[in-house]
Amino acid sequence: MSQTERYLLTRANIEGAHQLAVAEKNGAYEALRKVLKEGIPYSTVIDEVKKSGLRGRGGAGFSTGMKWTFMPDPAKDPRPRYLAVNADESEPGTCKDRVIMQRDPHGFVEGVLLAAYAIRAQAAYIYVRGEYRLPHDRVKAAIEEARAKNLVGKNILGSDFSCEVYMHRGGGAYICGEETGLMESLEGKRGHPRPKPPFPAMFGLWGQPTTVNNVETVFNVPFIMNRGSAWFASLGTANSKGNFLCGISGHVNKPGVYEFSFGITAKEILEQHAGGMWKGRGLKAWFPGGSSCSLLKGSDIDVVLDHDSLRARGSSLGTAAMIMIDDHTSMARVMEIISRFYDHESCGQCSQCREGTQWLSQIFRRIAHGKGKADDVATLEALAKGMAPGKTICALSDAAAIPTLSAVRLFKDELIECVTRQADPLAVPQPHYAVAGGHH
Amino acid sequence: MALEANLVAEFDQLAKNYPEKRAIMMLALHRLQDVRGWLSPEALEDLAAYLGMEPVEVFGVASFYPMYRLRPCGQHVVSICHNISCDLRGAQDIVAAVCEATGAPLHGTSPDGKFTVTTVECAGACANAPMFDLDGVYHEDLTPEKAKQIVRSVK
Repeated sequence: MSQTERYLLTRANIEGAHQLAVAEKNGAYEALRKVLKEGIPYSTVIDEVKKSGLRGRGGAGFSTGMKWTFMPDPAKDPRPRYLAVNADESEPGTCKDRVIMQRDPHGFVEGVLLAAYAIRAQAAYIYVRGEYRLPHDRVKAAIEEARAKNLVGKNILGSDFSCEVYMHRGGGAYICGEETGLMESLEGKRGHPRPKPPFPAMFGLWGQPTTVNNVETVFNVPFIMNRGSAWFASLGTANSKGNFLCGISGHVNKPGVYEFSFGITAKEILEQHAGGMWKGRGLKAWFPGGSSCSLLKGSDIDVVLDHDSLRARGSSLGTAAMIMIDDHTSMARVMEIISRFYDHESCGQCSQCREGTQWLSQIFRRIAHGKGKADDVATLEALAKGMAPGKTICALSDAAAIPTLSAVRLFKDELIECVTRQADPLAVPQPHYAVAGGHH
Repeated sequence: MALEANLVAEFDQLAKNYPEKRAIMMLALHRLQDVRGWLSPEALEDLAAYLGMEPVEVFGVASFYPMYRLRPCGQHVVSICHNISCDLRGAQDIVAAVCEATGAPLHGTSPDGKFTVTTVECAGACANAPMFDLDGVYHEDLTPEKAKQIVRSVK
C-alpha cells in the first residue's frame, strides 16, 4: 500500500475545528498572515500556484495558476474584479466540498482570501448549493468570526489588501455549477449559461473581470503558500499534483470521502479503504469521476487515479467521485436514472440538449421497463453523437452524451437483450407507493 | 400585502453586498419562502414590487429552481434523494417507507396537511446514501426503519 502524506483533512478531523480559536491553533490563516506580513506580491502567489501544478478540483482540471493569469492587468483595466467560488457541488457522486465547508470552514475562507489576493479581487462571492444549509451556516459563521479579527474586510491584518467575502445560495439547479450559469444565478437570474467568449476573466459577474474557482481548489492554496510549490509538486504524478478528496459511493462496504495523493490505484482505494464491494459481489462497472464521465468496466479497477491515466482508459478524473456498481445491477436501470437526471437539469436553451436529454431519458426508461423498441440502442448512440462534443452553449449536453456512449459501447448486449426479451433480466422488483396525480 | 417590514430591512441590508439590487433575488426568494411557507403569486408580486421588477421576471427566476415551492405544501417537507448513489443503496425503499409513515403520496401532501413528500436529484450526500432532507436538515445512512422513525418523531 502506498504511503500518502495527508494534509487536506488533518484540521477537519479535529473536534471543533469549525471555530476560529481551534482552527487558528491548528494552523488556519498562517499562510494568509505570511503573505500579508511579508508583503509577498500577488504575482508571486500566482507563480507559486502555477509551479505547484495545482489543477482545478471542480471537474475540468484546468491549471489554477494559469486561470488566474487570464485576469487583466489592474494597471490597464481598473474595473472592479471578483472571485466567485463554486460551492454548488451537485455532480452525482460528489460530496467532498461539503466536508471542507462543514468541518474546516476557516481553512476554506483562508483559501478564498488567498485566491482573491492573487487575482486582486475586492470581493468574493461563495455560491453554495441551496440544500447545503449546514455547510452554508458554518462558512457564514467563520466569515463573521474572521471579520471580527480583521481577517476579512478592510485592510486585512493592517495590510493594503481589502476583501469582502459574501455567502450566496443556489436553488437546487445543477446547471449553476457551470461557471457562467453560476454567474447568471448570482446576478439574480435563471441559471442559463452564457456563450463563451467573452470569458469570465474579461466579462464575468456584472460584466466585470471574474475568476470562478472550486472549493477544494482554493482550499489547497494555503498549503501551497505555507509549504512551497516544490513540496506540493512532490505529491502526485507527472501531470496531477498534490492530494485530492475522493468520494466513493454505491455498492461498497465503507463509502466515504477519503484523501489520497494522485497515483493511487482505484483498486487500492476500493479494497484497502472502502472495504471492497458489498455482499461479496463483483464490480460490474464504475464511474471514476461523477456521472458525467465515461463508465469503466470492473476490469479497469487497476487504473491509476490521475488525469492522464483515466484519459488513456477513455474516461476522465472529473471530480474524483467514484460510483461503484455491483454485478447484480441492471445497466438499463443505472442509465435510466443518470439520463433522467440530465433531462431534469437541462436549462433548455439549446435544442440538442433540451430535446436530446429528454429522448435519452425516455428511451433508457422504456428499455429498463421492458418496452424498448427494436432500434432503441442504435437511436441512443445516434442521439448522443448529435449532442456532443461542443455543439451547445455549455457542457451539460456532453455530460449526458458521454455516459450514454460508454454504456452503449460497454453494455450493448445487455441493453439489446432487454429490448429483445421485452424485459430487463436484471430488474429488481421496486416497492409500490402512491404517486400524486395518479401516475408514476 | 407588501413585504414584511423585517424582510424589507433585511433585504435592504443584503443589497449592500452587491452592485445591483436584483442580485439578492435567490436569497430573498429563500427567505420569503421560509417566512410564508411557499411562494404564492402574491409573494412573488410583493418581491417584484420591492425589487422594482415585473412580477413575471421574478416568477421566471423562481420557476427555474426546484427548491422554490410555487404551490402550497405541508407543514414539513421530506425531500428524498433518488439519484444514482442513493438508488444503488435502496432509495426506492426509503420513498416507500416515508410515504407509508406520513400517509402522503409521492409529490403530494398527507391528508392531515402535515407532510409533503418529494424526490430530488443528487443532494451531495452520496457517501452516506440513502438520505433525505427534512425541513433543511440532512438525515443520512438511512434504512426504511430509520426513515419511518425519523418522520414519526416529527411533532
